[in-house]
Amino acid sequence: MVWRKHDYDKIPGTYVFDGKHAHSAYNLNKLLFSFNSEENRREFARDKAAYADKYGLTPEQKKALLEDDFLGLLRMGANIYYLAKLCVPRGFTVQHAGAAFQGITPDEFKAKLAQKGEGLIEKLERVGGYWNG
Amino acid sequence: MARIVGGVTTSHIPAIGNAMTEGLENTPYWKRFFDGYEPVKRWLEDVKPDIALVVYNDHGLNFFLNNIPTFAIGCADRYDNADEGWGLKTLASFEGDAQFSWHIAESLVEQHFDIATCQEMLVDHGFVIPMALMWRHLPKWPVKVIPFAVNTVQHPIPTARRCYQLGKALRKAIDSYPEDLKVVIFGTGGMSHQLQGERAGLINVDYDLKTMESVISDPEWLARQTTSEIIENAGTEGVEIIMWLVMRGALDDQVKVVHKHYHTPISNTGAGVLVLQNAA
Repeated sequence: MVWRKHDYDKIPGTYVFDGKHAHSAYNLNKLLFSFNSEENRREFARDKAAYADKYGLTPEQKKALLEDDFLGLLRMGANIYYLAKLCVPRGFTVQHAGAAFQGITPDEFKAKLAQKGEGLIEKLERVGGYWNG
Repeated sequence: MARIVGGVTTSHIPAIGNAMTEGLENTPYWKRFFDGYEPVKRWLEDVKPDIALVVYNDHGLNFFLNNIPTFAIGCADRYDNADEGWGLKTLASFEGDAQFSWHIAESLVEQHFDIATCQEMLVDHGFVIPMALMWRHLPKWPVKVIPFAVNTVQHPIPTARRCYQLGKALRKAIDSYPEDLKVVIFGTGGMSHQLQGERAGLINVDYDLKTMESVISDPEWLARQTTSEIIENAGTEGVEIIMWLVMRGALDDQVKVVHKHYHTPISNTGAGVLVLQNAA
Protein backbone atom coordinates (compact mmCIF):
# COMPACT_ATOMS: atom_id res chain seq x y z
CA MET A 1 0.00 0.00 0.00
CA VAL A 2 1.83 3.08 -1.23
CA TRP A 3 0.77 6.53 -2.33
CA ARG A 4 1.76 7.31 -5.86
CA LYS A 5 4.36 10.08 -6.33
CA HIS A 6 3.79 13.11 -8.53
CA ASP A 7 5.88 15.85 -10.12
CA TYR A 8 3.84 18.40 -8.16
CA ASP A 9 5.01 16.87 -4.84
CA LYS A 10 8.31 18.72 -5.39
CA ILE A 11 6.75 22.19 -5.58
CA PRO A 12 7.61 23.88 -2.27
CA GLY A 13 4.91 25.20 0.07
CA THR A 14 2.19 23.46 -1.92
CA TYR A 15 -0.28 20.77 -0.83
CA VAL A 16 -2.09 19.45 -3.87
CA PHE A 17 -5.45 18.06 -2.80
CA ASP A 18 -5.09 14.53 -4.12
CA GLY A 19 -6.12 11.15 -2.75
CA LYS A 20 -3.28 11.10 -0.25
CA HIS A 21 -4.40 14.38 1.32
CA ALA A 22 -8.12 13.77 0.99
CA HIS A 23 -8.14 10.23 2.34
CA SER A 24 -6.98 10.84 5.90
CA ALA A 25 -8.90 14.11 6.18
CA TYR A 26 -12.31 12.95 5.03
CA ASN A 27 -13.98 13.64 8.38
CA LEU A 28 -12.19 16.96 8.74
CA ASN A 29 -13.37 18.08 5.31
CA LYS A 30 -16.86 16.81 6.08
CA LEU A 31 -16.90 19.05 9.14
CA LEU A 32 -15.69 22.02 7.10
CA PHE A 33 -18.25 21.31 4.36
CA SER A 34 -21.00 21.38 7.01
CA PHE A 35 -20.34 25.12 7.41
CA ASN A 36 -22.43 25.71 4.27
CA SER A 37 -25.26 25.78 6.80
CA GLU A 38 -25.73 28.78 9.08
CA GLU A 39 -27.22 26.50 11.71
CA ASN A 40 -24.07 24.37 11.71
CA ARG A 41 -21.84 27.44 11.89
CA ARG A 42 -23.73 28.52 14.99
CA GLU A 43 -23.53 25.07 16.54
CA PHE A 44 -19.75 25.07 15.99
CA ALA A 45 -19.42 28.53 17.55
CA ARG A 46 -21.30 27.37 20.64
CA ASP A 47 -19.03 24.39 21.37
CA LYS A 48 -16.13 23.81 18.99
CA ALA A 49 -14.72 20.80 20.80
CA ALA A 50 -18.07 18.99 20.83
CA TYR A 51 -18.50 19.77 17.13
CA ALA A 52 -15.07 18.28 16.37
CA ASP A 53 -15.98 15.14 18.31
CA LYS A 54 -19.30 14.85 16.51
CA TYR A 55 -17.41 14.58 13.20
CA GLY A 56 -14.85 12.13 14.58
CA LEU A 57 -11.76 14.28 14.17
CA THR A 58 -8.42 12.86 15.29
CA PRO A 59 -6.84 14.53 18.36
CA GLU A 60 -4.32 16.31 16.07
CA GLN A 61 -7.03 17.59 13.74
CA LYS A 62 -9.15 18.71 16.68
CA LYS A 63 -6.24 20.59 18.26
CA ALA A 64 -5.46 22.40 15.00
CA LEU A 65 -9.13 23.25 14.50
CA LEU A 66 -9.54 24.70 18.00
CA GLU A 67 -6.33 26.72 17.66
CA ASP A 68 -7.16 28.12 14.17
CA ASP A 69 -3.93 26.50 12.98
CA PHE A 70 -4.67 26.92 9.26
CA LEU A 71 -1.32 25.62 8.05
CA GLY A 72 -1.62 22.60 10.33
CA LEU A 73 -5.10 21.86 9.01
CA LEU A 74 -3.90 22.24 5.44
CA ARG A 75 -0.98 19.88 6.03
CA MET A 76 -3.36 17.36 7.57
CA GLY A 77 -5.43 17.39 4.40
CA ALA A 78 -8.01 20.16 4.75
CA ASN A 79 -9.08 21.35 1.33
CA ILE A 80 -8.44 25.08 0.91
CA TYR A 81 -11.96 25.83 -0.37
CA TYR A 82 -13.46 23.97 2.58
CA LEU A 83 -11.03 25.65 4.96
CA ALA A 84 -12.37 28.98 3.70
CA LYS A 85 -15.79 27.99 5.04
CA LEU A 86 -14.16 27.99 8.48
CA CYS A 87 -12.25 31.25 7.96
CA VAL A 88 -14.51 33.63 6.07
CA PRO A 89 -17.65 33.59 8.26
CA ARG A 90 -15.44 34.49 11.21
CA GLY A 91 -13.87 37.48 9.50
CA PHE A 92 -10.68 35.91 8.15
CA THR A 93 -10.27 36.51 4.42
CA VAL A 94 -8.17 34.41 2.08
CA GLN A 95 -5.49 37.05 2.59
CA HIS A 96 -5.53 36.42 6.33
CA ALA A 97 -5.16 32.71 5.66
CA GLY A 98 -2.36 33.35 3.14
CA ALA A 99 -0.57 35.53 5.69
CA ALA A 100 -0.99 32.83 8.35
CA PHE A 101 0.48 30.21 5.98
CA GLN A 102 3.56 32.41 5.55
CA GLY A 103 3.81 33.66 9.12
CA ILE A 104 3.46 37.33 8.10
CA THR A 105 0.77 39.94 8.77
CA PRO A 106 -2.22 40.37 6.42
CA ASP A 107 -0.95 43.84 5.50
CA GLU A 108 2.45 42.42 4.56
CA PHE A 109 0.72 39.74 2.50
CA LYS A 110 -1.44 42.32 0.71
CA ALA A 111 1.63 44.46 0.00
CA LYS A 112 3.29 41.46 -1.65
CA LEU A 113 0.20 40.95 -3.80
CA ALA A 114 0.10 44.61 -4.79
CA GLN A 115 3.70 44.33 -6.04
CA LYS A 116 2.53 41.79 -8.62
CA GLY A 117 0.67 44.57 -10.42
CA GLU A 118 3.74 46.80 -10.76
CA GLY A 119 4.71 47.50 -14.36
CA LEU A 120 1.56 45.79 -15.60
CA ILE A 121 0.55 48.37 -18.21
CA GLU A 122 4.03 48.29 -19.78
CA LYS A 123 3.89 44.51 -19.97
CA LEU A 124 0.45 44.62 -21.59
CA GLU A 125 1.66 47.18 -24.11
CA ARG A 126 4.62 44.97 -25.01
CA VAL A 127 2.26 42.09 -25.84
CA GLY A 128 -0.24 44.41 -27.51
CA GLY A 129 -3.95 44.39 -28.17
CA TYR A 130 -5.09 44.87 -24.57
CA TRP A 131 -7.97 47.08 -23.58
CA ASN A 132 -6.85 49.86 -21.29
CA GLY A 133 -9.84 52.16 -20.84
CA MET B 1 -30.02 24.91 -35.59
CA ALA B 2 -28.25 26.06 -32.47
CA ARG B 3 -25.05 27.95 -33.05
CA ILE B 4 -22.23 29.39 -30.99
CA VAL B 5 -22.03 33.18 -31.15
CA GLY B 6 -18.77 33.32 -29.23
CA GLY B 7 -16.78 32.50 -26.14
CA VAL B 8 -16.00 34.58 -23.09
CA THR B 9 -13.39 33.99 -20.39
CA THR B 10 -13.49 35.45 -16.92
CA SER B 11 -12.28 34.91 -13.38
CA HIS B 12 -14.91 33.93 -10.85
CA ILE B 13 -13.29 34.57 -7.47
CA PRO B 14 -15.54 35.44 -4.50
CA ALA B 15 -13.87 38.82 -3.93
CA ILE B 16 -15.48 40.00 -7.19
CA GLY B 17 -18.89 39.01 -5.82
CA ASN B 18 -18.31 40.90 -2.60
CA ALA B 19 -17.09 43.96 -4.51
CA MET B 20 -20.31 43.95 -6.59
CA THR B 21 -22.50 43.49 -3.51
CA GLU B 22 -20.77 46.36 -1.76
CA GLY B 23 -20.83 48.58 -4.87
CA LEU B 24 -17.06 49.00 -5.01
CA GLU B 25 -16.81 48.96 -8.81
CA ASN B 26 -15.60 52.54 -9.07
CA THR B 27 -13.11 52.49 -6.21
CA PRO B 28 -9.45 52.80 -7.21
CA TYR B 29 -8.70 49.16 -6.39
CA TRP B 30 -11.49 47.74 -8.57
CA LYS B 31 -12.19 50.31 -11.29
CA ARG B 32 -9.79 49.09 -13.97
CA PHE B 33 -10.90 45.50 -13.43
CA PHE B 34 -14.63 46.23 -13.74
CA ASP B 35 -14.29 48.81 -16.53
CA GLY B 36 -12.72 46.07 -18.63
CA TYR B 37 -16.07 44.25 -18.62
CA GLU B 38 -18.02 47.09 -20.24
CA PRO B 39 -17.02 46.03 -23.79
CA VAL B 40 -18.07 42.45 -22.93
CA LYS B 41 -21.48 43.67 -21.79
CA ARG B 42 -21.89 45.72 -24.98
CA TRP B 43 -20.92 42.71 -27.11
CA LEU B 44 -23.48 40.53 -25.29
CA GLU B 45 -26.07 43.23 -25.88
CA ASP B 46 -25.24 43.08 -29.62
CA VAL B 47 -25.20 39.32 -30.10
CA LYS B 48 -28.15 38.67 -27.74
CA PRO B 49 -27.48 35.04 -26.82
CA ASP B 50 -30.40 32.82 -25.82
CA ILE B 51 -28.29 30.38 -23.83
CA ALA B 52 -25.18 30.73 -21.67
CA LEU B 53 -23.28 27.50 -21.23
CA VAL B 54 -21.08 28.20 -18.22
CA VAL B 55 -18.01 26.03 -17.70
CA TYR B 56 -17.01 26.33 -14.05
CA ASN B 57 -15.93 24.29 -11.06
CA ASP B 58 -17.91 23.69 -7.91
CA HIS B 59 -15.95 24.64 -4.78
CA GLY B 60 -17.91 22.53 -2.30
CA LEU B 61 -21.53 23.62 -2.58
CA ASN B 62 -23.23 21.06 -4.81
CA PHE B 63 -20.58 18.36 -4.72
CA PHE B 64 -18.90 16.95 -1.61
CA LEU B 65 -15.93 14.58 -1.60
CA ASN B 66 -18.20 11.54 -1.32
CA ASN B 67 -19.02 11.98 -4.99
CA ILE B 68 -16.95 14.13 -7.33
CA PRO B 69 -17.73 13.83 -11.03
CA THR B 70 -14.94 14.80 -13.42
CA PHE B 71 -17.44 16.41 -15.77
CA ALA B 72 -21.09 17.13 -14.91
CA ILE B 73 -23.90 18.92 -16.72
CA GLY B 74 -27.02 20.44 -15.23
CA CYS B 75 -30.16 18.96 -16.81
CA ALA B 76 -32.84 20.96 -15.03
CA ASP B 77 -35.33 23.74 -15.69
CA ARG B 78 -34.01 25.78 -12.76
CA TYR B 79 -30.80 26.22 -10.81
CA ASP B 80 -30.48 27.84 -7.42
CA ASN B 81 -27.57 29.62 -5.82
CA ALA B 82 -27.16 29.00 -2.06
CA ASP B 83 -25.12 29.76 1.05
CA GLU B 84 -21.67 28.29 0.58
CA GLY B 85 -20.31 29.54 3.86
CA TRP B 86 -18.30 32.38 2.32
CA GLY B 87 -20.61 35.23 3.24
CA LEU B 88 -21.62 35.87 -0.36
CA LYS B 89 -25.04 37.27 -1.20
CA THR B 90 -27.30 34.58 -2.64
CA LEU B 91 -28.37 35.56 -6.15
CA ALA B 92 -31.65 34.99 -8.00
CA SER B 93 -32.29 31.55 -9.49
CA PHE B 94 -31.47 30.76 -13.11
CA GLU B 95 -33.75 29.30 -15.76
CA GLY B 96 -32.43 26.15 -17.44
CA ASP B 97 -33.18 24.42 -20.74
CA ALA B 98 -33.48 20.75 -19.80
CA GLN B 99 -34.07 19.50 -23.35
CA PHE B 100 -30.95 21.20 -24.64
CA SER B 101 -28.94 19.92 -21.66
CA TRP B 102 -30.05 16.34 -22.23
CA HIS B 103 -29.25 16.64 -25.94
CA ILE B 104 -25.72 17.77 -25.04
CA ALA B 105 -25.34 14.94 -22.53
CA GLU B 106 -26.42 12.37 -25.13
CA SER B 107 -24.20 13.81 -27.83
CA LEU B 108 -21.16 13.92 -25.51
CA VAL B 109 -21.66 10.30 -24.48
CA GLU B 110 -21.98 9.30 -28.14
CA GLN B 111 -18.62 11.03 -28.61
CA HIS B 112 -17.20 9.02 -25.67
CA PHE B 113 -17.29 11.78 -23.04
CA ASP B 114 -19.16 9.99 -20.27
CA ILE B 115 -20.54 12.98 -18.43
CA ALA B 116 -22.55 12.94 -15.19
CA THR B 117 -26.08 14.40 -15.40
CA CYS B 118 -27.62 16.43 -12.57
CA GLN B 119 -31.35 17.07 -12.29
CA GLU B 120 -30.74 19.17 -9.22
CA MET B 121 -27.66 21.32 -9.06
CA LEU B 122 -26.84 24.19 -6.75
CA VAL B 123 -24.58 26.66 -8.52
CA ASP B 124 -21.84 28.35 -6.50
CA HIS B 125 -19.73 31.48 -6.95
CA GLY B 126 -17.85 29.85 -9.82
CA PHE B 127 -21.07 30.03 -11.84
CA VAL B 128 -22.93 33.02 -10.44
CA ILE B 129 -20.11 35.59 -10.39
CA PRO B 130 -19.59 35.40 -14.17
CA MET B 131 -23.37 35.73 -14.61
CA ALA B 132 -23.45 38.78 -12.33
CA LEU B 133 -20.42 40.34 -14.04
CA MET B 134 -22.26 40.23 -17.37
CA TRP B 135 -25.84 40.93 -16.43
CA ARG B 136 -26.31 42.35 -12.92
CA HIS B 137 -27.48 45.65 -14.45
CA LEU B 138 -30.62 43.95 -15.80
CA PRO B 139 -33.78 43.24 -13.77
CA LYS B 140 -33.59 39.54 -14.61
CA TRP B 141 -31.15 37.12 -16.21
CA PRO B 142 -31.61 37.56 -19.99
CA VAL B 143 -30.51 34.02 -20.93
CA LYS B 144 -31.26 30.44 -20.05
CA VAL B 145 -28.28 28.61 -18.65
CA ILE B 146 -26.52 25.28 -18.86
CA PRO B 147 -24.15 24.76 -15.91
CA PHE B 148 -21.18 22.65 -16.92
CA ALA B 149 -19.00 21.60 -13.99
CA VAL B 150 -15.38 20.47 -14.35
CA ASN B 151 -13.60 18.99 -11.34
CA THR B 152 -10.58 21.15 -10.58
CA VAL B 153 -10.69 20.57 -6.82
CA GLN B 154 -10.12 16.88 -6.06
CA HIS B 155 -7.09 15.54 -7.88
CA PRO B 156 -6.78 13.72 -10.21
CA ILE B 157 -8.42 16.44 -12.29
CA PRO B 158 -8.85 16.16 -16.07
CA THR B 159 -5.85 17.12 -18.17
CA ALA B 160 -5.72 20.34 -20.14
CA ARG B 161 -5.83 18.30 -23.35
CA ARG B 162 -8.94 16.45 -22.24
CA CYS B 163 -10.68 19.75 -21.58
CA TYR B 164 -9.71 21.01 -25.04
CA GLN B 165 -11.04 17.81 -26.64
CA LEU B 166 -14.22 18.10 -24.58
CA GLY B 167 -14.75 21.57 -26.02
CA LYS B 168 -14.54 20.16 -29.54
CA ALA B 169 -17.15 17.52 -28.67
CA LEU B 170 -19.32 20.21 -27.09
CA ARG B 171 -19.19 22.13 -30.37
CA LYS B 172 -20.60 19.12 -32.23
CA ALA B 173 -23.26 18.70 -29.57
CA ILE B 174 -24.38 22.32 -29.86
CA ASP B 175 -24.23 22.41 -33.65
CA SER B 176 -26.47 19.34 -33.86
CA TYR B 177 -29.31 20.73 -31.72
CA PRO B 178 -32.31 21.40 -33.99
CA GLU B 179 -33.69 24.51 -32.29
CA ASP B 180 -32.55 27.95 -33.50
CA LEU B 181 -30.67 29.16 -30.45
CA LYS B 182 -27.70 31.44 -30.03
CA VAL B 183 -25.23 30.07 -27.50
CA VAL B 184 -22.43 31.85 -25.69
CA ILE B 185 -19.87 29.73 -23.83
CA PHE B 186 -18.18 31.04 -20.71
CA GLY B 187 -14.83 29.54 -19.75
CA THR B 188 -14.40 30.65 -16.15
CA GLY B 189 -11.76 30.50 -13.42
CA GLY B 190 -8.12 31.41 -13.08
CA MET B 191 -5.94 33.03 -13.88
CA SER B 192 -2.83 32.40 -11.77
CA HIS B 193 -3.46 32.16 -8.06
CA GLN B 194 -2.55 29.98 -5.13
CA LEU B 195 -4.57 30.33 -1.96
CA GLN B 196 -2.91 27.58 0.03
CA GLY B 197 0.40 26.78 1.68
CA GLU B 198 3.56 28.78 2.15
CA ARG B 199 3.44 29.48 -1.60
CA ALA B 200 0.10 31.33 -1.22
CA GLY B 201 -0.02 34.66 -3.02
CA LEU B 202 1.57 33.39 -6.21
CA ILE B 203 0.57 35.49 -9.21
CA ASN B 204 2.47 34.84 -12.44
CA VAL B 205 1.75 37.68 -14.85
CA ASP B 206 4.11 36.46 -17.57
CA TYR B 207 2.53 33.02 -17.59
CA ASP B 208 -0.97 34.51 -17.58
CA LEU B 209 -0.19 36.68 -20.60
CA LYS B 210 1.29 33.69 -22.44
CA THR B 211 -1.88 31.77 -21.58
CA MET B 212 -4.07 34.56 -22.97
CA GLU B 213 -2.20 34.48 -26.31
CA SER B 214 -2.27 30.69 -26.32
CA VAL B 215 -6.03 30.56 -25.82
CA ILE B 216 -6.43 32.96 -28.74
CA SER B 217 -4.07 31.53 -31.33
CA ASP B 218 -2.20 28.47 -30.06
CA PRO B 219 -4.35 26.37 -27.69
CA GLU B 220 -1.86 23.51 -28.15
CA TRP B 221 0.64 25.38 -25.96
CA LEU B 222 -1.67 25.09 -22.97
CA ALA B 223 -3.26 21.77 -23.95
CA ARG B 224 0.08 19.94 -23.91
CA GLN B 225 0.97 21.02 -20.37
CA THR B 226 0.64 18.54 -17.53
CA THR B 227 -1.34 19.32 -14.39
CA SER B 228 1.97 19.56 -12.47
CA GLU B 229 3.35 22.08 -14.97
CA ILE B 230 0.24 24.23 -14.73
CA ILE B 231 0.29 24.12 -10.92
CA GLU B 232 3.95 25.08 -10.92
CA ASN B 233 3.29 28.12 -13.12
CA ALA B 234 -0.27 29.18 -12.28
CA GLY B 235 -0.63 27.88 -8.71
CA THR B 236 -2.83 25.19 -7.21
CA GLU B 237 -6.04 27.16 -7.75
CA GLY B 238 -4.79 28.58 -11.06
CA VAL B 239 -5.31 25.12 -12.58
CA GLU B 240 -8.86 26.32 -13.17
CA ILE B 241 -7.45 27.74 -16.39
CA ILE B 242 -8.01 24.34 -18.02
CA MET B 243 -11.69 25.29 -18.19
CA TRP B 244 -10.86 28.03 -20.67
CA LEU B 245 -9.80 25.26 -23.04
CA VAL B 246 -13.30 23.77 -22.94
CA MET B 247 -14.61 27.10 -24.24
CA ARG B 248 -11.76 27.38 -26.76
CA GLY B 249 -12.29 23.87 -28.10
CA ALA B 250 -15.89 24.75 -28.92
CA LEU B 251 -14.78 27.57 -31.26
CA ASP B 252 -13.19 27.35 -34.71
CA ASP B 253 -9.43 26.86 -34.96
CA GLN B 254 -9.16 30.47 -36.11
CA VAL B 255 -10.86 33.08 -33.97
CA LYS B 256 -11.29 36.83 -33.98
CA VAL B 257 -10.49 38.71 -30.77
CA VAL B 258 -13.34 41.04 -29.89
CA HIS B 259 -11.90 42.04 -26.51
CA LYS B 260 -8.82 41.32 -24.43
CA HIS B 261 -8.37 42.55 -20.87
CA TYR B 262 -6.06 41.65 -18.01
CA HIS B 263 -5.75 43.05 -14.53
CA THR B 264 -3.92 42.09 -11.36
CA PRO B 265 -4.06 41.78 -8.45
CA ILE B 266 -7.72 41.29 -7.71
CA SER B 267 -7.64 39.76 -4.28
CA ASN B 268 -5.02 37.00 -4.77
CA THR B 269 -5.53 36.56 -8.49
CA GLY B 270 -4.58 37.48 -12.01
CA ALA B 271 -7.79 38.24 -13.90
CA GLY B 272 -8.10 37.74 -17.65
CA VAL B 273 -11.05 38.52 -19.91
CA LEU B 274 -11.43 37.43 -23.52
CA VAL B 275 -14.28 37.70 -25.98
CA LEU B 276 -13.65 35.48 -28.98
CA GLN B 277 -15.73 34.86 -32.09
CA ASN B 278 -15.30 32.38 -34.87
CA ALA B 279 -13.24 34.04 -37.61
CA ALA B 280 -15.43 32.96 -40.50
